[in-house]
Amino acid sequence: MTEQPYLQFEGIAKQFGSFTALKGVDLAIPKGEFVCFLGPSGCGKTTLLRIVAGLETQSAGRIRQAGRDISQLPPAQRDYGIVFQSYALFPNLSAADNVAYGLVNRRSPKAQIRERVTELLGLVGLPGSESRLPAQLSGGQQQRIALARALATSPGLLLLDEPLSALDAIVRVKLRDEIKSLQRRLGVTTVMVTHDQEEALAMADRIVVMNHGAIEQVGTPMQVYREPATAFVADFVGRVNALPATLLAGGGIQLGPSRFEGPHAGPAGRDVTVYLRPEDVLAGPLRPGDSNVFEACIEKIEFLGSYCLVQVASPALGEQRLSVTLSPNFLSEQGLRLGSRLPLRLLPERMRIFA
Amino acid sequence: MSMALVPARRHTDPSERVAHAGLALLVALLLLFLAAPLGAILKQALEDASGRFVGLANFIAYARTPALLDSLHNSLWVSALVTAITLPLAFAFAYALQRSRMRCKPLFRGITLLPLLAPSLLSAISLIYWFGNQGLLKDAMQATGIAQIYGAPGIVLAECFAVFPHALMILITALSAADGRLYEAAEAMGTKTWRRFCTITLPGAKYGLISAALVSFTLVMTDFGIPKVIGGNFNVLATDVFKLVIGQQDFQRGAVVALLLLAPAVLTFGVDRLIASKQTAMLTARALPYRPKASAWRDGLATGYCALVAALVLAMIAMAVFASFASFWPYNLSPTLKHYTMGLVDAEVGEAFVNSLKMAAGTALFGTALVFIGAYLLEKTQGADPLRSAARLLAMLPMAVPGLVLGLGYIFFFNAPTNPLGGLYHSMALLTLCTIVHFYTTGHLTAVTALKALDAEFEAVSASLKVPFWVTFRRVTLPICSPALVDIARYFFINAMTTISAVVFLYSPETKVAAIAILNLDEAGEMGAAAACAVLITAASSLAMLAFMGLAWMVDRKTQAWRH
Repeated sequence: MTEQPYLQFEGIAKQFGSFTALKGVDLAIPKGEFVCFLGPSGCGKTTLLRIVAGLETQSAGRIRQAGRDISQLPPAQRDYGIVFQSYALFPNLSAADNVAYGLVNRRSPKAQIRERVTELLGLVGLPGSESRLPAQLSGGQQQRIALARALATSPGLLLLDEPLSALDAIVRVKLRDEIKSLQRRLGVTTVMVTHDQEEALAMADRIVVMNHGAIEQVGTPMQVYREPATAFVADFVGRVNALPATLLAGGGIQLGPSRFEGPHAGPAGRDVTVYLRPEDVLAGPLRPGDSNVFEACIEKIEFLGSYCLVQVASPALGEQRLSVTLSPNFLSEQGLRLGSRLPLRLLPERMRIFA
Repeated sequence: MSMALVPARRHTDPSERVAHAGLALLVALLLLFLAAPLGAILKQALEDASGRFVGLANFIAYARTPALLDSLHNSLWVSALVTAITLPLAFAFAYALQRSRMRCKPLFRGITLLPLLAPSLLSAISLIYWFGNQGLLKDAMQATGIAQIYGAPGIVLAECFAVFPHALMILITALSAADGRLYEAAEAMGTKTWRRFCTITLPGAKYGLISAALVSFTLVMTDFGIPKVIGGNFNVLATDVFKLVIGQQDFQRGAVVALLLLAPAVLTFGVDRLIASKQTAMLTARALPYRPKASAWRDGLATGYCALVAALVLAMIAMAVFASFASFWPYNLSPTLKHYTMGLVDAEVGEAFVNSLKMAAGTALFGTALVFIGAYLLEKTQGADPLRSAARLLAMLPMAVPGLVLGLGYIFFFNAPTNPLGGLYHSMALLTLCTIVHFYTTGHLTAVTALKALDAEFEAVSASLKVPFWVTFRRVTLPICSPALVDIARYFFINAMTTISAVVFLYSPETKVAAIAILNLDEAGEMGAAAACAVLITAASSLAMLAFMGLAWMVDRKTQAWRH
């Protein structure tokens, strides 16, 4: 990777009075990548996006875009298109006028503008809606117009500030696929801020998980989910069992009254927390001789459609309860219900251990 | 971690420089036409006639003048009495409008707001026709033990009428903010009506009551027209200022009195700001509007009371109208136009009337432009923070400055021989500027409210599309906010038509406005013509009001189509 990153953050810090919003963020984003800033509210993800846009000014640090230092440039001299959560469509202008807003100022010929508007409206799946006013469009349609407006001037960078959170669930899933495929087609480097992990996992090439103004982990959705770098990431992204345990000599962990096989994670005797996703507790098929198998009893079944979240207890785990995802088919095939007993296996290679 | 120490400042875009220049211009204007005149008053109050600094000597001299202290005492008790009378009356009226199911609410409301369209001294002129030396009801009045209307009784009565609509508007707003769920909960618990009133209604309207009381007190304290017309030998601070400065050319003591008038206004302003910051959290998004239940006796009582008040207001206005058409009060009441022709043609009131219209139009046009562009630059552009704070403060300040004090400041500042802007003195331009500044804050707040309702990201989106802010201002902000613009223009126009207090110090024979002409006619003993002139102003304001309502309707159709 000798290629210069398209967007580079060097030690970006932001102070609001006595509140530290960002603690020196370093990050490099290659050209054409779709990056999500993911984190709980107040983690600094929106501040970071607004600093890229020049809407906030960093207290310290530099940003480079396409090799150019943009740290001190006003918004109008940077190169990006932006879509806000509120859409910020001009309510008194038609869809076409909204999309053409940035084109008109460039004094392009009228026919050329019209052509470009038609092209963009087609691109976002709203052909023929030129004359409609924002109030006559649904939330999802408004967001598409906002996207077309942001892309109209062919910016090198697309910024999306929680673009989907004002939409209802079904529209949200549909639009997120469309944005993703549009981004891939245009190849525009994109930074999206979201607090919705599912959205981030589904859309991003890479996810930047943030907490308390710092980056916890940067990785592909698969990495962030399967190999969380910190306890925070394991906790924040997806469901997880957090099991207090003690490390044993020669690898292995003491979990309640039982010993389990586990990864090597440090000196014996250390108190740690073992993070294990509910789907990494296997109910079958189990082979004789498998390690980490124990018998558990079903205490609670939460039906969630395509799968069930099952809470189990076991003498092998002491007081500790464990969440397991099981398919409804498996439950009915095995005739499992509240109080039923079944063998389970903790997958040792999927355990993540944090102090 | 490479913590490159880049200074936090970012470069300024050329378009932002335009915004900063605009802000600087606004601040300069407000400094010149608001802060400097106020500073001139302070300077006068602390100097002797030859311009030497004397500290508080003028204040001490003032405190040793019994006649002036009498005026202070008079002003205070009259203002307090008017407040004590008006507040419960206005509260009951507002309560009837907001919390009953009586009929004809818009009619009652419209009638009681009529005095806002008239110069405040219209009520004083009417009172003279009702209770004056040759008044219709003079005997009835004397039977109650009041020897004559001139003096304190006339001032108190006239001020009650003049102040009533101001207090009413505040209280209507205060009582409109009711959470129906509270009343439902109280009723479900079997709370008695009176207790509901004391524990829910009154506390809910608390801030409105405080605000209305302070506004009433300040309006009476600083009103000049009414005491001038009906005050007789009863002196108050507002008339003292005029006598001291215009009559005796005693600028020092005039300045001291002006500062005394400024005190209650500043207090009102401070308390009002405090209240405004507290009141925001009163209604949550989940509150349900209160809907009064039908109650025959309550609605009957409310209708009776409102009809009585409306009748009194109409009697007040009708008397001025009637008297302006009466041939020779009280001996020959046959209708005539001679007061109008005499006033308009002979006493050159016609010219004054044209001046009034010019000033009102100028105030509406330039005032609205200044207020709105200023508010836009303040709310929607970035950077130049010190300039921004200064502009914000200066835009709120006029609310704390009575017109009389502002006008006095203009004399001291613009009439000073050393001031290069002295040429403006007596000019229509200065009268207009003074009026704009006088009524600046209300317009500013209207504009800010309208602007805050717009998506905060419009400017950010524009910048990202490389569109300068003034294009967005023209294409988006201005069309969306045009109803607010009409509101601001209407407010400026009506107030410019009826104002006396600031301009009374600034006019010349060539730039005399109609409201001042009333005062002159009254002084000359031409009561009929004075009444005619007051009626004309009221009629013009009413027509303007209708015209602005029509304009608002048109603007709404043309620019707000996207809302429907």
